[in-house]
Amino acid sequence: MTDVDNRPDIVRLNGVVKEFRVRKDNSLKDRIVHFGKLGQEHRTAFTAVDDVTLTIEAGTTVGLLGANGSGKSTLLKLIGGIVSPTRGTVQTRGRMAALLELGAGFHPDLSGRENVYLNASLLGLSRQQIEARFDDILAFSGIGDFIETAVKFYSSGMYVRLAFAVAVHTDPDILLVDEVLAVGDEAFQRKCMDRIAQFRKEGRTIILVSHSANQVQELCDRGIVLSHGEVVFDGDTNEAVGALRNVLDGRRADEAAPEETRHPIQVKSIELLDKTGEPTKEIDVDDPLTIRINVDGLHRIERWEVGFSIDTPLGHMVLASNTEMLGVTLDPIDGPRAVDLTIASVHLGAGQYYVNANAAGVSEHSSHGLSQGIMFTVRGGDSSVGSVSADVVVAS
Amino acid sequence: MTGADPLARNGIHGSMRTLDTTERFARIAAEPFSTIDSRGLRVRGGKIREIISRRQLLSLLVRRDLQARYRDSVLGFLWTVIRPLIQFLMYYLVLGQFLRAAQGVPDFAIYLFSGLTLFGFFSDMVFGATGSIVGNAGLVKKIYVPREVFPLASIGAAGFMFLVQLLVLLIAAIAFGALPGPVQMLWFFPSLFVVIVYGVAIGLLLAALNVYLRDIQYLTEVVMMLAMWASPIVYSWSMVRSALERYHLPTWILEVYAANPLTIGVLGFHRAFWGAGTDADYPAHLGMRMLIAAVVGVVLLWFAHRVFNRMQGNFAQEL
Repeated sequence: MTDVDNRPDIVRLNGVVKEFRVRKDNSLKDRIVHFGKLGQEHRTAFTAVDDVTLTIEAGTTVGLLGANGSGKSTLLKLIGGIVSPTRGTVQTRGRMAALLELGAGFHPDLSGRENVYLNASLLGLSRQQIEARFDDILAFSGIGDFIETAVKFYSSGMYVRLAFAVAVHTDPDILLVDEVLAVGDEAFQRKCMDRIAQFRKEGRTIILVSHSANQVQELCDRGIVLSHGEVVFDGDTNEAVGALRNVLDGRRADEAAPEETRHPIQVKSIELLDKTGEPTKEIDVDDPLTIRINVDGLHRIERWEVGFSIDTPLGHMVLASNTEMLGVTLDPIDGPRAVDLTIASVHLGAGQYYVNANAAGVSEHSSHGLSQGIMFTVRGGDSSVGSVSADVVVAS
Repeated sequence: MTGADPLARNGIHGSMRTLDTTERFARIAAEPFSTIDSRGLRVRGGKIREIISRRQLLSLLVRRDLQARYRDSVLGFLWTVIRPLIQFLMYYLVLGQFLRAAQGVPDFAIYLFSGLTLFGFFSDMVFGATGSIVGNAGLVKKIYVPREVFPLASIGAAGFMFLVQLLVLLIAAIAFGALPGPVQMLWFFPSLFVVIVYGVAIGLLLAALNVYLRDIQYLTEVVMMLAMWASPIVYSWSMVRSALERYHLPTWILEVYAANPLTIGVLGFHRAFWGAGTDADYPAHLGMRMLIAAVVGVVLLWFAHRVFNRMQGNFAQEL
C-alpha cells in the first residue's frame, strides 16, 4: 500500500485464449465408431477466455467478476498454471498459492497432522518450513487434540478450518482465491477476511473470484469484469460492480422482448437528471438529483400514485418516497406521462446505488414496479464512509 | 535468495519471516517471469529440476499411497508379500510340478520367484501410473504441481513393494544356496535399470492417455497379462528356442522374442539371482542386447515425457 509508484508487475497476460473442446464420446468404442468426419460432429469447441491481455502489479487485490460461465474461474486457473492457454502467454513471478478449493488433497484416511504435511507440501512448503509453522497452523485452526484423528471423522467446519489454516501459512506473494471464502460459519468467515486484510497490508497480491459484489468492494483495489471470456471492464471496484450489473442487465435485456404496455398502469423507465436537467449517472455528494419516472397507462385512471426507492447494491433501502407521502395528487393518467421527483440534496455516501420505481392506480386497483431501473454513482466524500454522508468535525 | 531461482514459484526456498512490503517488491522485481504458454509451464533449469525440487512432496505422496492402502487392515504391510507368495505357489505347483515346467529348470523356485518379482514391479509401476492422474483428479484440478509427481509417486510406491519382495527373494536364494558368484550378481543393476526406464516411460504415457480415454486402464490389464506370458518367467528361454526348432520356424522369431525389454530384464535378473543357469539358458550377447534396450528405453522415456507435457495442459478440464 506504500510506495505506489514502485510496484513491479507480478502477473502479465498476453493475448491469452483458452478453448475447450468438449467431446460427447468418451470410450474407445465411440471414438472408433465416430472416427474421422463423424468425429467432428461429436466435438464442440467453445472459447472460455478470449484474447485477454492485462497486467497486475504486486500488492494489488484484484476481484474477478462476471456471470456464471464468463470465464473468470478459467482465467484464475490460467494464472495459477493449472491449465495452459491455447494461445498467448501467461507470465508470473513470486511464490504462488492457489486456494481454488479448501482441502484439495486431503486424504480422508490420514490424520489431520499427516494431511497438514501433505497439503502444505503440495502448496510448496519444505518439511522444515512446515515443522516450524505447525504450531501456528494448529493454533489458527483451533482443531486441538483432533489433529491426530483421521480427517474423515472431522465435521465439515473443522475440515475447512484446518485447510484454510494451512493455506494462509504458506507465505505466498500471490494468492489465488476462488470463492472459497463463502464457507464456514460467520466467525470463521471474519477470520478469513481479517487474514486477507492482513495479507493486503503485507503487500501480497491477491486475485479473487467472487459472486459477491460487496465482498469485492470491501476487499479489492481493482475490479475486472468478464463477459463471454472477454474483459469488458477493468478499473475501480465501485465502477466494476456497476459494469457487472450492466452485463447482467444486458443479458436480461437480450432475453426479454421489447417492453410493451401490458398492465393498466406501468412504469416504463427511470431517468436521472442533474441540476441543469441533463441526464446523469454520476453525481457529487450533496448534489440535487431529479428522478424522472416514465409511466404509461392502458386506459384512463382517475387517481394514481407513483414512488421510488434507492437501494445499495446489497439491496438495503437508503431512501424512498412517493406522491402519497408527499401529499400530492396527480392528474388523471391516459397515456405516457413523466413524473419528476427532485431530491434537493443527496446525502448519500460515495458508492453505487440503484433506483426502483413503482406506480399504482388508486381508483382502479393495479400496480407495477420497475426494479433496479437505473444505477448511479455518488462521487467523493473523503471525510466519511458509509451509506450516508454528513459533515463530521472534531469538537475542540 | 537468488532472483533467478525457478523453484521460488512454489515457495521451496524463501525466508520464514514476513517480508516488509518494499523488501517484497524489490525481491519480486528482481525475479524473472516464468512463462506458461500452450506447451505448459516452462521454468529455468527445466522440468527435471522442477521435479527434483519437489522430492519432499514426492516422498509424502508415496507414503500417503502406502499408508492409505493398508490402513485399517490387520495384516497391513504383510499383504505386500502375501499376494505375490500365493501367486508364486500357484505357478510353482500347477506349472512347475503338474505341468512339469520345473523339470528342465534346476532350482525352479528361485528361477520363478526372481522373474515374478521383477515382472510384479513392472506391472505395479504401469498400473499405478496409469490410474494416477485420474485418481488424483481433485488435486490436478485445483493445485499446480508438476503433474509428473503423481505417476512418479505411484511408481515410488511400487518400488517400495518391490524392495520388500526383493528381500524375500534374497533370503530364499541364500537359504536354497542358489545365488551365483558376486560378480554375476551385478547383472541386477542393468536389468533393474531397463525395467525402470520402460516402466516410467510407459507409465507416463498411459497416465496421460488415460485422462482422455478411460479404456486405457482396462486395455493395460489385457496387455499386461500378455506381457507376462511373453517373458520367460514361468518357463525358460531354452524351451522357447527348442519349441521353435521343433516346428522349423525361422530364427528371427526368436530374435523378436528376445528383443522384448521385459524379457531382457527378466533374463538379467535370472543371471543375478539364479546361480544354476548356464550360458545355454540365455541368448548370446545378453549384455549388448541390454545396452540397446536401455538406449531405446531412454529415448522412449524422453518421448513419453514430451507427450505427457504436451497433454498435461488440458488435464484440468478433461478430468
